[in-house]
Amino acid sequence: MTIFHLDFMRYALVAAVMVGLTAPAVGTFIVQRRLALLGDGIGHVALTGVALGFLTGTAPVATAVVVAALGAVAIEMVRARGKTSGDVALALLFYGGLAGGVMIIYLTPGESTASLNSYLFGAITSVDSTDLWVIAGLAVAVLALLAVFGRELFVLCQDEEVARASGLPVRFLGLLIAVIASVTVVVAMRAVGLLLVSALMVVPVATSQQLTRSFRTTMALSMVFGVLATVGGLTSSFYLDVPSGATIVLLALAGFAVALGIGRFVRRSRTGESTA
Amino acid sequence: MSTAFDMTAGQVAIDGRKILRGIDLTVDEGEVVAVLGANGSGKSTLVRALLGVQPLSGGATLLYGRPPARFREWWRIGYVPQRLSVGGGVPATVREVVASGRIARQRRGRFTSSADRQAVAAALEEVGLSGRAGDPVSSLSGGQQQRVLIARALAGEPDAFVLDEPTAGVDAGSQRMLADTLRGLVERGRTVVLVAHELGPLEPLISRAVVLNQGCKVHDGAPPTAVGTHALPGHDHVHPHEPAPAESPVPSWVLAQEKA
Repeated sequence: MTIFHLDFMRYALVAAVMVGLTAPAVGTFIVQRRLALLGDGIGHVALTGVALGFLTGTAPVATAVVVAALGAVAIEMVRARGKTSGDVALALLFYGGLAGGVMIIYLTPGESTASLNSYLFGAITSVDSTDLWVIAGLAVAVLALLAVFGRELFVLCQDEEVARASGLPVRFLGLLIAVIASVTVVVAMRAVGLLLVSALMVVPVATSQQLTRSFRTTMALSMVFGVLATVGGLTSSFYLDVPSGATIVLLALAGFAVALGIGRFVRRSRTGESTA
Repeated sequence: MSTAFDMTAGQVAIDGRKILRGIDLTVDEGEVVAVLGANGSGKSTLVRALLGVQPLSGGATLLYGRPPARFREWWRIGYVPQRLSVGGGVPATVREVVASGRIARQRRGRFTSSADRQAVAAALEEVGLSGRAGDPVSSLSGGQQQRVLIARALAGEPDAFVLDEPTAGVDAGSQRMLADTLRGLVERGRTVVLVAHELGPLEPLISRAVVLNQGCKVHDGAPPTAVGTHALPGHDHVHPHEPAPAESPVPSWVLAQEKA
C-alpha cells in the first residue's frame, strides 16, 4: 500500500503541488521588491483572521484571507507613504497580528491557543475535498494574476521610480502584489503553517538565484524547488512519522545549502574559464 | 514647435527641507539641456519633478502640455535613473532589463511582439552590449550598467530622454559611447534633458545649460564656456571611477555670480 491509496494523502499531495508552485512564484517578485519578510508579516496578521473565524463561527480560511489582505494593504500604504520605514511597519503588524490572534482565541468560548496549532504549524493532511477546491481556486487566481501583470510587476519590483516614469499604475500594482501575497499566505497556511509560510515564498527563490542568470529562469526554477520541497517533505514526513510543515521547510533549507555550494563551484569555474 | 517639459514655480520639500525653491523651466522639443550644479543643489530632484516622479509641493509642471497625473503618452519619455537597482538579489539578464523599457508601449496581457524584439536588439547594439545580452546585470561594471540603463530607455523609442547623471562614475570608454549615443539622438531631433556634474565629452552636444545652486536657478542659457585650465584643449574632464573631484564642481563663473 502506498500513500496514493489514502484519500487524505492524495488531497494533501495535490495541495502540496499547488502551494509549491504559487508561493515561490509570488516570492520571486517579493524578494525582488526587497520585502522578503512581507510573508511573515502577513502570516502573523492572518492569525488574527483565523481566531476571528473561531470567534464568529465562520470558516477560519475565509476570515484569514480578508484580514491578511487588509493587513497587506495596510503594510503597503505605510510603506508607500514613506513615513515609517517598511521594516518597522512590518514589525508592528507582526506583533499586533500575533497578540490579536492569541487574545481573540482566548476570548472565544470553548477554544484555547491549542486550537491555533494546526494553523501556526500546518496540517496539510487535514485538507478535505472542499478545502482542495478553495486552495485550487486561489492558486489559479494567483498564477493568472502574475501572468497578466508579470511584466509590469517586474518593472515595479525592480525600480519603483522607473515604473512611475513609465506611466505604470504604481499604487495599484503595489496593492496588487500585497494582496496576491496575502492570498498566497493563506493558501500555504494549510501546508506549512503561518509561522513557516514565508519560508516557501523566500527559500526556493534564494535557492534558485544561486544557480540562475535571468529573472525568468529564477522564477521557473524556484517553482520547481517549491514543488520538490512540498511534495518531498510531505511524502517523507508520512513515512518518517514527523510533522509535515517542518519537514517541508527543512527540506527547502537543505536544498538551499546544496545550491549554495553548487553555485559557488559553478561561479568559480566560470571565472576560472574567463581568466584562463 | 511644441513644449516637452514646462515647469512653473516648481517647489519640492522633502521632510520639511526645501530642495527646489520655485523653478521656472521650459524645454522645447529638440532641445538638449544640461542641468548643472554642485552636489545637493537639487539637480536630480528637478528632473524627477519634471517627470512627475517626485511630487511638487508648490507650483506646477506639464509633460507635453498635461500635468503628470493626466499624462497618458508615457512612451514618449525615456527616463535613465542614476544607477541600476539590482532588485533584491534576484538575477535579471541585460536583455530582460533592456526589454522592460518597452513597457509603456506594450498592452497588458499581450505577448512580446517582433517590434519589441527588434527595438531591444537595436538598443543593445547601439550601446555595444549585444554580446552580453544573456549575462546577469550584476556581473557588469558600473559603466556597463549605465549603458544598460540607457539601452532600456532607447528600447522604448521615446521622443524625450531624461538622464540623471549618466556620466557619474563611468569609465572613459562608456563616456565616449554615451557621447556617441547622445549625438545620434540629437541628430534624430530627440529632446534630451541630462543632469551632469561636469559635461566632459558631452559639452559640444549641449544646446542650453541650466545651473542650480541650493534649489534656485542661477543660470539658464548658453552652455558655460569653461575658464582656466579646464578650457585648454586636450582637457577632456574624464575622471573614471573617481570620487567627487577635489576641485569645485561648480564652474568658477557661477561662483563669481554667487558672490555678486
